[in-house]
Amino acid sequence: MLDVQNLSIVFGGLKAVSDFNLTINEKEIVGLIGPNGAGKTTVFNMLTGVYTPTEGTISYLGEKIQGLKPYNITKKKIARTFQNIRLFSNLTVLDNVKVSFNYRINYSLFDSIFRTPKFRKTEAEIIEKSVELLKVFSLDTKKYELASNLPYGEQRKLEIVRALAAEPSLLLLDEPAAGMNPQETVELMELINWIKDKFHISILLIEHDMKLVMGICDKIAVLDYGKKIAEGTPEEIKNNPKVIEAYLGEEA
Amino acid sequence: MEFLQQLINGLALGSVYALLALGYTMVYGIIQLINFAHGEIYMIGAFAGFYSASTLKLPLIPTLLVAMAVSALAGIIIEKVAYKPLRNSPRIALLITAIGVSLFLQNAMRLLVGSNPKPFPDLINAGSINIGSIQIEVKTILMFGVSALLVILLQFIVYKTKVGKAMRASSQDMEAASLMGINVDNTISLTFAIGSALAGIAGVLVAISYPSITPYMGAMPGLKAFVAAVLGGIGSIPGALVGGIAIGLLETFSKAYISTNFSDAIVFAILIIILLIKPAGLLGKKISVKV
Amino acid sequence: MKNFFNKKTITIILGVLITYAVLFGLISANVINSYYKGIITFSLINIILAVSLNLIVGFTGQLCLGHAGFMSIGAYVSALISQKAGMPFVVSIFIGAIVACIFAALIGYPTLKLTGDYFAITTLAFGEIIRIIIMNINVVGGARGFTGIPIKTTFTVAFVFMVISIIVIKNVINSSQGRAMLSVRENEIAAESMGINAFKYKMMAFVIAAFFAGLAGGLYAHYAGYIKPDSFDFNKSIDYLTFVVFGGMGSLSGSVIAATVLTFLPELLRGMGDFRMVIYPLALILLMIFRPEGLLGDKEVSLNIIKNILPDKKSKDRKEA
Repeated sequence: MLDVQNLSIVFGGLKAVSDFNLTINEKEIVGLIGPNGAGKTTVFNMLTGVYTPTEGTISYLGEKIQGLKPYNITKKKIARTFQNIRLFSNLTVLDNVKVSFNYRINYSLFDSIFRTPKFRKTEAEIIEKSVELLKVFSLDTKKYELASNLPYGEQRKLEIVRALAAEPSLLLLDEPAAGMNPQETVELMELINWIKDKFHISILLIEHDMKLVMGICDKIAVLDYGKKIAEGTPEEIKNNPKVIEAYLGEEA
Repeated sequence: MEFLQQLINGLALGSVYALLALGYTMVYGIIQLINFAHGEIYMIGAFAGFYSASTLKLPLIPTLLVAMAVSALAGIIIEKVAYKPLRNSPRIALLITAIGVSLFLQNAMRLLVGSNPKPFPDLINAGSINIGSIQIEVKTILMFGVSALLVILLQFIVYKTKVGKAMRASSQDMEAASLMGINVDNTISLTFAIGSALAGIAGVLVAISYPSITPYMGAMPGLKAFVAAVLGGIGSIPGALVGGIAIGLLETFSKAYISTNFSDAIVFAILIIILLIKPAGLLGKKISVKV
Repeated sequence: MKNFFNKKTITIILGVLITYAVLFGLISANVINSYYKGIITFSLINIILAVSLNLIVGFTGQLCLGHAGFMSIGAYVSALISQKAGMPFVVSIFIGAIVACIFAALIGYPTLKLTGDYFAITTLAFGEIIRIIIMNINVVGGARGFTGIPIKTTFTVAFVFMVISIIVIKNVINSSQGRAMLSVRENEIAAESMGINAFKYKMMAFVIAAFFAGLAGGLYAHYAGYIKPDSFDFNKSIDYLTFVVFGGMGSLSGSVIAATVLTFLPELLRGMGDFRMVIYPLALILLMIFRPEGLLGDKEVSLNIIKNILPDKKSKDRKEA
């Protein structure tokens, strides 16, 4: 589905990511791990069009998508969440979700101004679908709350809901378990698996929580200083000496 | 030879813009604020000089010092009262406040001193020098000379002193600087003080040459000096110098060879062009946002 | 149409009609004399300016310092067309609005990709450039101004256009396009990642705002009969910004209230003419420091009070509009 080849990016003289390769298949959960500063979010940013790679290609469903603007990547059915929550704070929970329907809306400004039947019908559909999605994540009771008023855990959930509302076939999660306690992490693991099954999507996730990564990923890629140093199943990665060295430093 | 005459005029005007642009660039470098009120500090300097020269009858150097001190003080007060409370507010709030301060100062001054232009005493009664068919007023040479001196002094302060290092560190990363023991608040105040002092001197220098001052004298020069700062690369001290001279020359030649009516519009058009082609300016650096 | 005539909408329509009727009655009976009629008309025009500026500043989060520039384009174009081409008043002001729109598109296209501060400065620069250029066009009177514009903006005309402006802008905001604009304001990077072309929606807001500014300019020209470039300078742009900030960036009803109050205030306090120029900027500063959300923040005036007073007309439909 997703095929990344020789991806590299240079920032002012520093090669943040070099020669990164990865393939993601249908209904796969892939983990991207590595020490802080390894370049994981940078890879995400290249996949989602926030940055343009200096070298390499990204193919999705056969199409080259590197260098496309973020909103065009979303149209190709790739959606993401952010490491530092980027919700629309002063909008309601419901509105946060509704925004993701935008790129698929078929009514024009004229329809909005004159409140045509097309407008009303589409708006009603959007509300219905958004509420349904929120219900699935038990957030529908708070649909008129301001996003900034939600507790941290629910804000993270809302980020995921918002991304799912864009109906992606590939979902990128950037440290979804950040700040969660062990119990919440277990729930998150179940949630991610469930999302994969219910929505038939592949997931690429960045995480530091090893239990989560080892627990749900079909395969894992490890980055260190911008280079991929290992790739394999959780079992393989767990015992890979290079990976251990990257995280813990060289053996004394 | 007309060309050379205009060249001299342009350089002189440019040195004034350079002094003002330095203030903009230093403040923007450290707190990413376009200090709209900077032009008014220049005006305050001119008025302080006025009262010092005509009421207190002080000669040139003390007048310059008074103007410097008053402007620096004004800059510090404005920062503490209007900008500091908003340090963590959205950018739009800061911009609106800066505009508010600028308009407030203009009109408050007008209420205080009236809108009639005030004649500035000629403190440098030294006539002019003739080189060939060009006539250069001593005042013009002074303007240029003092500006050049101040820029050199500024470079020294910023790059060779401890406080300068503090300023540079705070511009790069305020949080890290404060963690390293730098008193960021004081550093910011100092930045404002220095920038404002330069503006104040520019105010007096200009007042001596174009001998009348009004409460609104800072508005246009302020805007144009901002254009100069952007042209040179906002945040870059050498850039402010380059930009200032460039705009001074541009304005002078526009007035002389194109049209007086449109010279202002041309300066603004330059701003737009720069922002569209090379927003970092001639000597500035491109900053990327971390996502 | 089932949801259209719910209680909330009926209340608003009634409120608007009653307000109009009362004011019109008082004016016709000369209880409100022509001086105050003028101020009321003027404040209606200012409301249009405030709500349109709010669209780009408050709802889309892009600070614009050149609103008066678009107003002047609308004013001058419509005045020219009225006077020289003798077209009907409504046609002239529409053409004026459209020309303002076109300029906004031309100006916005290269500049809206700039970050907030720089965009604001370019709007200031363009406002000044427009003013300087008009000052040098002799056909429209240059610095001396354009006289002899037919006086066609009556209270009714201004009222109708004000209502239309508010309805249009409100409808834009409560739509997917409006949500896109809000998302750009809230978090542009996240918005782009959710499929929103931020540039497109900034342009949309900017152009719509310019349209209504141009419209207001046309109305103003045919209200005053005389316009000059200085009627549309940077200070005016700041006046309109003050309306928006004071009323609340993101609140249409706030803009309505602020524009009305801040139009009446300087007239009522005529003696304070000079002080106004000191107090308004001071108010801006104090607002930003102590109450940046202005009067109503991003909320609208709640009609709950009125709903509870009026008898239940349509009890079957209780859904929010």
